[in-house]
Amino acid sequence: MKLADLLHFSAGGLRGHRLRSFLSLLGVAIGVASVVLLTSLGEGARLYVTGEFASLGSNLLIIIPGKTETKGLAPLVSTAPHDLTRQDAAALLQRVPAIRRVAPLAVGTASASAGERRREVTVVGATRDLLEIRHLQMASGRFLPRDASDAAVCVLGAKVQRELFPDQNPLGQLVRIGEWRFRVIGVIAPRGTSIGMDLDQVVEIPVATALRLFNRSGLFRILAEIGAQDDLRKTEQAALAVLRERHAGQEDVTIITQDAVLATFNQILGALTAALAGIAAISLGVAGLGIMNVMLVSVSERTREVGLLKAIGVTYGQVVAVFLVEAAILSTAGGSLGLVAGLGAGRFLQWLYPDFPVQPPPWAVAAALGVSCSVGLIFGILPARNAARLNPVQALMRRKA
Amino acid sequence: MIQLAGIQRTYTVGGRPVPALKELSLTIEAGDYVSIMGPSGSGKSTLMHLLGCLDRPTGGSYRFAGEETARMTEAGLSRLRRHQIGFVFQFFHLVPRLTAAGNVELPMVFAGILPAERRQRVWNALEKVGLTQRASHRPDQLSGGEQQRVAIARAVVMSPALLLADEPTGNLDSASGREIVNLIEGMNRQGLTLIVVTHDPRVGERARRRIHLRDGEVVADERAGSAIESPAAPGGQPSRA
Repeated sequence: MKLADLLHFSAGGLRGHRLRSFLSLLGVAIGVASVVLLTSLGEGARLYVTGEFASLGSNLLIIIPGKTETKGLAPLVSTAPHDLTRQDAAALLQRVPAIRRVAPLAVGTASASAGERRREVTVVGATRDLLEIRHLQMASGRFLPRDASDAAVCVLGAKVQRELFPDQNPLGQLVRIGEWRFRVIGVIAPRGTSIGMDLDQVVEIPVATALRLFNRSGLFRILAEIGAQDDLRKTEQAALAVLRERHAGQEDVTIITQDAVLATFNQILGALTAALAGIAAISLGVAGLGIMNVMLVSVSERTREVGLLKAIGVTYGQVVAVFLVEAAILSTAGGSLGLVAGLGAGRFLQWLYPDFPVQPPPWAVAAALGVSCSVGLIFGILPARNAARLNPVQALMRRKA
Repeated sequence: MIQLAGIQRTYTVGGRPVPALKELSLTIEAGDYVSIMGPSGSGKSTLMHLLGCLDRPTGGSYRFAGEETARMTEAGLSRLRRHQIGFVFQFFHLVPRLTAAGNVELPMVFAGILPAERRQRVWNALEKVGLTQRASHRPDQLSGGEQQRVAIARAVVMSPALLLADEPTGNLDSASGREIVNLIEGMNRQGLTLIVVTHDPRVGERARRRIHLRDGEVVADERAGSAIESPAAPGGQPSRA
């Protein structure tokens, strides 16, 4: 028997009960559409987060004081880490050629007040270079001074500005932070949460001032930006060597690359996408049962036809093939329909929320189509074998239906 | 062409064996015209299913064209039905979604014959039964007689050696029934072996050889004119317990 003839005959069988065929096809379509759409959303979330990271600059080293590691013996001599200092930051900039900018950071919380208004804020001690490294935009005024001065000036986050100085220009005004008074020299444009820190709720002051304000000797961390062409690994090693030398030969800092953070997020969101795909795949399984049900009904309705086929010399294998192909046509057509619907719904969401990338991962599209085809074949086996096993004599004796 | 020797077919009903055919022996020559008659329950349908290789006997030997069917695989029997045996049924058994031509074409589709040749043979077969005008009609647009003619065209399109007709006129008015009988008798005159199973004496009496069954045994086997008593069942025995 020719494949084209088989396809034609099986498709004819489906046309015999259009509504039923269409409904079971719809079941597969919904399953595939949900796989495509949910994985699109998961993948969209992943792209969105990695995009956020990229906007920070993926060529960033984050240097944190202290080292987490497990050693065999508790050290006899205390090896408390050295502080990370502004001098360390300056040395990195000077001695590692690939490092183009550094931003030493000191972070603490304090209450900020202006007139009668008062709120708790995160105070970030920083330098001018933070503006470039984190791609910040000024709403008004200017950012912190470039030199390492300990001037009593501050830059407000957008939300802090709104709450401390509603309806008035804060530039030149005084803000009390802790026990000290600072003059406002700038306001940062609203930006929203960016990886762990709501920059709208932050007050920035010069790093030297911050260290004195919180009475600390060590930095919270150092951000180091390296040239786009430079090798991240090599620079990391070079930076580590400089710091080890400055810290009496001890490796007591941890360097995190943006890459590593990104990889972690990628991993988490990739797992999320896979989980969503798994949930959607359940509906594909249910759709498979729908196909099986429809095929079983079809076989029992067409008992006489099967009896006739056997009488005219159609073999067991050919009867199996006829019904398997019917099931496969149903599920493949449903899969294609679902793919189109899922992609269409994705486009629609993209149109509604242009900022959020909705994009199905290619593997999900391929898997949804592949699985929907095999769903038909797998769930078609039982009905097809039932048909092929029919006793031709009894099948022919059936009067009707 | 057909040699039955000691054929038995026993069904199990409610755990008890019920014989439908008891030790039946029969030889049918190629080109003959045979009717198998008997009341319902006499085993004539069982015999037809065995002859058509739709069912296997529980005992005895059935040789078709010299070949022992008991030794054939299911696929072998399928091939035998495909190429050697045509069936005509009381209820026509046309596939309702296919046209007359589509129904006639069906055996060739599954036999892997190419479309161009199929079209030619469908046309020839429909011409034989006088239905070329109705080729593109579906069964529900055809009269009973026309449907049975489509079924006959389908049965002979693979040029079988044997045509098995099971109550071919049972579902037709007498005029259509006569047409059908004339049609298949004409095919028999051209060499096709014809076996008609019926309980209608007016149909059965037309055959050259008439076999009467009762309770699974041959009670009479007569050839146009002279009657031959069956040696196996003198007189007819009491029915099964």
